[in-house]
Amino acid sequence: MDSEELTEQETALYDRQIRVWGVDAQRRLSKSHILVSGMKGTVVEFCKNIVLAGVGSLTLIDDSPVNEEAVIANFLIPLGENDCGGKSLAEACRDALKEFNPMVRVSVEKGDLSTFEGDFFDKFSAVVVSGCSLATKKLINEKCRKRLKQIAFYTVDCRDSCGEIFVDLQSYTYTQKKLDETIERQLQYPSFEEAVSVPWKALPRKVSKLYFALRVLEKFEEVEERKLGEVSIEDLQSALKLKKEICDGQSFNEVNVPDSLLERLLQCNKEHPPVCAILGGILGQEVIKAISGKGDPLKNFFFFDAVDGKGVIEDISAQNSGV
Amino acid sequence: MASDQELEPIKNAKVLMVGAGGIGCELLKTLALSGFTDIHIIDMDTIEVSNLNRQFLFRQSHVGQSKAKVARDAVLRFRPQINITPYHANVKDPEFNVDFFKQFNVVLNGLDNLDARRHVNRLCLAADVPLVESGTTGFLGQVTVHIKGQTECYECQPKPAPKTYPVCTITSTPSKFVHCIVWAKDLLFAKLFGDKNQDNDLNVRSSDSANSSESAEDVFERRKDEDIEQYGQRIYDHVFGYNIEVALGNEETWKSRNRPKPIYSRDILLDKPFHQNGNLNKDSETDDASSVSAMVCLGLKNPQDIWSLVENSRVFLESLKLFFTKRAKDVGNLIFDKDDQLAVEFVTAAANIRASSFGIPMHSLFEAKGIAGNIVHAVATTNAIIAGLIVIEAIKVLRNERNKLRMTYCLEHPSRKMLLMPVEPFEPNKSCYVCSETPLSLEINTSCSKLRDFVEKIVRNKLGMNFPLIMHGSALLYEVGDDLEDDMVANYAANLEKVLAELPSPVTGGTMLTVEDLQQEFTCCINIMHREEFDEEKEPDGMVLSGWIQARTAENGERSAVTNGESTSKSSNTAVLEEENDEIEIITTEVSVIPSGAKRKLAEISVDSNSVNSLAASDLVSKKSLDHGDGNNAVVMIDDEELEGIKKKRLR
Repeated sequence: MDSEELTEQETALYDRQIRVWGVDAQRRLSKSHILVSGMKGTVVEFCKNIVLAGVGSLTLIDDSPVNEEAVIANFLIPLGENDCGGKSLAEACRDALKEFNPMVRVSVEKGDLSTFEGDFFDKFSAVVVSGCSLATKKLINEKCRKRLKQIAFYTVDCRDSCGEIFVDLQSYTYTQKKLDETIERQLQYPSFEEAVSVPWKALPRKVSKLYFALRVLEKFEEVEERKLGEVSIEDLQSALKLKKEICDGQSFNEVNVPDSLLERLLQCNKEHPPVCAILGGILGQEVIKAISGKGDPLKNFFFFDAVDGKGVIEDISAQNSGV
Repeated sequence: MASDQELEPIKNAKVLMVGAGGIGCELLKTLALSGFTDIHIIDMDTIEVSNLNRQFLFRQSHVGQSKAKVARDAVLRFRPQINITPYHANVKDPEFNVDFFKQFNVVLNGLDNLDARRHVNRLCLAADVPLVESGTTGFLGQVTVHIKGQTECYECQPKPAPKTYPVCTITSTPSKFVHCIVWAKDLLFAKLFGDKNQDNDLNVRSSDSANSSESAEDVFERRKDEDIEQYGQRIYDHVFGYNIEVALGNEETWKSRNRPKPIYSRDILLDKPFHQNGNLNKDSETDDASSVSAMVCLGLKNPQDIWSLVENSRVFLESLKLFFTKRAKDVGNLIFDKDDQLAVEFVTAAANIRASSFGIPMHSLFEAKGIAGNIVHAVATTNAIIAGLIVIEAIKVLRNERNKLRMTYCLEHPSRKMLLMPVEPFEPNKSCYVCSETPLSLEINTSCSKLRDFVEKIVRNKLGMNFPLIMHGSALLYEVGDDLEDDMVANYAANLEKVLAELPSPVTGGTMLTVEDLQQEFTCCINIMHREEFDEEKEPDGMVLSGWIQARTAENGERSAVTNGESTSKSSNTAVLEEENDEIEIITTEVSVIPSGAKRKLAEISVDSNSVNSLAASDLVSKKSLDHGDGNNAVVMIDDEELEGIKKKRLR
């Protein structure tokens, strides 16, 4: 890392946060490049946070049109202005995000991320995907993993009052402060595919029930060829049936995946804005930690449920299971 | 959650937000997205450059404008159909009275100081409107809910008092850099550029101070026709040279301390010709007074650099000169402001020269500014999370889901796997003088303390009242208000100067006084107990208030983070969440309020207690991490028994 100094302008703008993470971290942030795909409410919150924090660049992917549904939890685009001059959702978001911090380059990439060649990803320090299918999550995650360069991979999704973040930092080394000592630590992360393949029975007791419920819905959407969140209470019976099959297949006790929770998740498929703010905040902090190498990164799932108010970290990996 | 029926209470609600800063911007945005349609927002501040890294509704072009108004306009751009009413005003203004508060269904605080929080708490109690309170510092944050009669009020748990330093540590025996900052800011800066009529302990107290004090006063006045350079050097030599020599004369003081070294400007600067590498000579009448900078004049660029003694001395003299030449209008009524570049430069230089004299390591302007301005670390992400949590609680309040209310702590390190930790709210503290009307006791020497001392030290400072009214039975002793008759004003002014026992209605041991704040609609009773003598060091106010528990000023920083950069820099285990806080107070010594002994059992351990404001949860976590530091995943556990203990104290 070279020792360029921050400019006077940067020092003045970032004063309060430099007091939190230091000049070095700020310098690393300003040299980082972030890719996001899927301009959902959680991602919009996340983008705001890292543009304010002062990353080097941010690239947005989402060709979908701007419509009422798309901006329900989006403060970058005026509600009611559905047209936006024929711009895609990503383009409309780009224009608003640019204003938050003139020192960050915000740009749009057109196309479907899952069709991009592997070397496209080399430009980025971190990749965040939202609102995509189980297969796409796995695919993008694997593309990132195959590169020589370490690329941090995240997924973030909000279903009504519940949310989930997944983190894959591959093999990650960072410094940890403990009682005034600084020690170097290393963490091994599983890929998304590896993590969700860990038999449920082998997981530690008291893993958040949201983890299981969200896997059932994800699988349900895959089987039914739906997009993420394209479900309703009408699907309850089929979803419960699928849940039973999955649990039986793994000899896993069904009570760990309460019907009431699945019912709640199916009842409303919109993003709840306060939950988006919370997920976007936690994810922003995680990406800042990963880039700056400062602070304990979360491994490897985070769940929030507005109903009980808990924000919980779960380690879903073979290492942490009875396998 | 978003069925139409469930959205109804949100759509119909009228909410008041107090504060449009770090939390406020996020909160206003999240409220608008969540379907709120009638939001009122009060903030007295204008926008600064250092806000822009997190207060995302503001742009460079808005610097100097009202936060409340710009925030409103920014949110209306994406939700044009909702109503937002901004007030560019202080929440303590009389227009925001109980009737004003009564029109709201819920009040949401995103404030940066204790005073305003206490004020809003009292108005919410008086108006019987639920309050959702919040705070952040760095990665830590908290949201609490206060409903009259059902949960704790904001003042049920005492707040940590601002960190204070004994006067003699500041004036004579500094041992830390923060002592030098307090000296430079609260004494020297105030003396040279502030109100001349203020009390000031700047001159060192030597044994003959009584005789010399009058002549010493004059030292700081610029003499008639005195050249500004000469004046600066004279001040320099007086405070860093002469005063240190005088202090050295007091041998007793230095028996167990390192002797300071007097510094004179001629020794530092004479043999080094003064190189102009800045733009000092380019000065012109067009200079904007607010952007005057000694650093720029001297060619010093990086605020992260630690200047040499020579550089500090030059900055000291240059900034002093600039105040008298470029900002002469301000001299005599300046109050230190962390956003005043020239003031920060002067204070940094003065603190560093003093530090050098006392063998204390010098600091960069960036660090000095943090300490002097009590700058609390702030990032956008924590504010966004806290704002989300506030909205979640506000919705529960509006839906009347009282048993689902939670206080939530946002932690930096997970506790029982949780980064966001909800805790059930506590019931009201029965001995809270604010929400339970429990009488307080005051020990005071009624035959020598004046009514004025009582008003300033107790009614204003300790009880946080702005418009007090003091009664002894039915006799009115004192009152503040705009609509008083002239003879009453004269009467009260005369009363202020009388000792308690000689008031028209004498106040002596056994008297019960009623003190009321008309704006806050808050009344409390004080039992007066006569006491002859007080310990000058331990009870400097000459009076001791008791009856509710005020937190002890923590010396070790674990829970003291309110006040200055030094303690907050101790990071994760400190707390007290104020976005910014501009004051360091000096009082002669410790806080003089006696804990009543009615301290709750859990006070030592946990989330509950020592104050909602002190993020006790992270204290607990930090203590436990010593025991359980298991290395592998840094997950820290809270013992179940402790949690059980907490539960027992919970509401219902």
